[in-house]
Amino acid sequence: MEMAKTKLIKDKIFTIYCFISLSFAILPLIHIVGTTLVRGIKAVSLEFFISLPKPPGEVGGGIANAIEGSIILAALTMSFSIPVGILTAIYLSEYQDNWFRNLVRLLSDTFAGTPSIVAGVFAYSLIVRKFGFSAIAGAFALSILAIPTIVRSSEEALKLVPIDVREAGLSLGAEKWKVITKIVIRAARPGIITGILLALARIMGETAPLLFTAFGNPEFVRSPFEPVSALPLVIYVYATSPYPDWHQKAWGAALILMLMVLAINLAVKYKLRR
Amino acid sequence: MRGDKLFLFLVSFFALLIVLLFVLFFHQLLCNSIPTWKRFGLSFVFGKSWNPLRNDFGALPFLYGTILTSTLSLLISVVLSLGIAVFLSEMAPPRLRDVLSSLIELIAAIPSVIIGLWGIFYVAPFVRDHLQYWLEPLSFIPLFSGRSLTGLSMLTAIIILTFMITPIISSIMKESLMMVPEDLKEALYSLGARRYEVMMKVCIPYAKIGILGGVILGYGRAVGETMAVTMVIGNSPVISASLLSPGYTMAAVIANEFTEATGDLHLSSLIAVAFILLVVSLSMNLIGRVVIWKWQKQSL
Repeated sequence: MEMAKTKLIKDKIFTIYCFISLSFAILPLIHIVGTTLVRGIKAVSLEFFISLPKPPGEVGGGIANAIEGSIILAALTMSFSIPVGILTAIYLSEYQDNWFRNLVRLLSDTFAGTPSIVAGVFAYSLIVRKFGFSAIAGAFALSILAIPTIVRSSEEALKLVPIDVREAGLSLGAEKWKVITKIVIRAARPGIITGILLALARIMGETAPLLFTAFGNPEFVRSPFEPVSALPLVIYVYATSPYPDWHQKAWGAALILMLMVLAINLAVKYKLRR
Repeated sequence: MRGDKLFLFLVSFFALLIVLLFVLFFHQLLCNSIPTWKRFGLSFVFGKSWNPLRNDFGALPFLYGTILTSTLSLLISVVLSLGIAVFLSEMAPPRLRDVLSSLIELIAAIPSVIIGLWGIFYVAPFVRDHLQYWLEPLSFIPLFSGRSLTGLSMLTAIIILTFMITPIISSIMKESLMMVPEDLKEALYSLGARRYEVMMKVCIPYAKIGILGGVILGYGRAVGETMAVTMVIGNSPVISASLLSPGYTMAAVIANEFTEATGDLHLSSLIAVAFILLVVSLSMNLIGRVVIWKWQKQSL
């Protein structure tokens, strides 16, 4: 009887431990999302979206340059990494297994563990040293982080396409490359798009690789060869500044960034459900 | 057939590009840090002082900060993740499990700069005003000695890191636990075992390799995390036993000093730090993946 009782107590303690662990993760999450909403909304106005930042001390101004920069960086990064990612995935899934293929897969997976700041150092020493800070250099650093995600999810999506589909195409006399580009890719499209969206959500929030590649810019930019700002950069700079007005703007920018990232993640979830 | 050959050439070219990028990555980091390796040799890794004004560089303070903060946050996170994984895999009804799992995945989706922003305005003041006083009875332990005036300390960085790596570790743990065969568990339940016994004696031992893989991947993430840590750790290159004093990590020093590097040797030393960071986190990642891969093969 005694033993059964201690067991019961131990079981209760175990249940409480599990519950407390869960709340240690969920409560901070609610707090972060809640405060970003509450403090962010105070900073957001039409001016916040469409005007350039003003010098410290002056009230007003916005983060239009950072919104523009984030869009430019995302577009450039995706235009580098989508072709590289998908074509590499085709090589990995559609052609014969050999040591080189295993090597490529291993390296691509290893890239996925690269600390984002080190990707920035790489882009700096390869591009910035010769050509200076630019949106291109920033997008290059971000691509290092985006490509592995796209390769992996596209390869998995391509592999899920039944072999019969390929054989049906080939038996009709279609060339292999036409079967791949016209049939297999279409069948794998949802999975590939999911991977692209997840990569997009990740790079939109990256700050570290941009610090010394895209660098930041208080003005609008006209070409991808100029330094450019981005939402995460603005949050970092404003959050670590001593001005209360800038702190408020940091929360505003955080709200916009969080909504963008969450929207992409929700889109992925919704798509996967269907 | 011509089209096929061309297409194969095209896709192999991009696959080769991945390999080339990888080689170029190591090549760039190594070549650009040559002045540092030439000047200090391997003692750069264990040099205690970092003083750009006197051209004296040693990476130990950053190595110490990175390893201390990521190891401690890993230990805390493993305890929390195990509880979360058991709750999700065993206790929660499927509906609730889905909702809670997506909430926890959401943590991993929040950009680290936003977590850093939250850290500056909420966690650091919490450490400064409350937590360090609660820890005062423990101040005879060097780890908890001293006082933090700003709240920006290694302890704050550990709290933030724990929060950031828990979703990764707990989701892999949950998946490993859910792969434990039902009949094994039911056999134990039928003998009158309680849930904690089933977990401790069957499920966790059964899933241990998967759990280990998750832990290693989480460690790799903690080692490489930059922004959130930079924003709350206080950024001071000292080696202090106390968690309440400010510290520095490898990622943070690169983020802070790179654009303001005072000379070639300074820049090359920062790149050398990046190289060490890359080697540490890639080997973690590689080991973690191999462990998970082996485990998946074994359980199939």
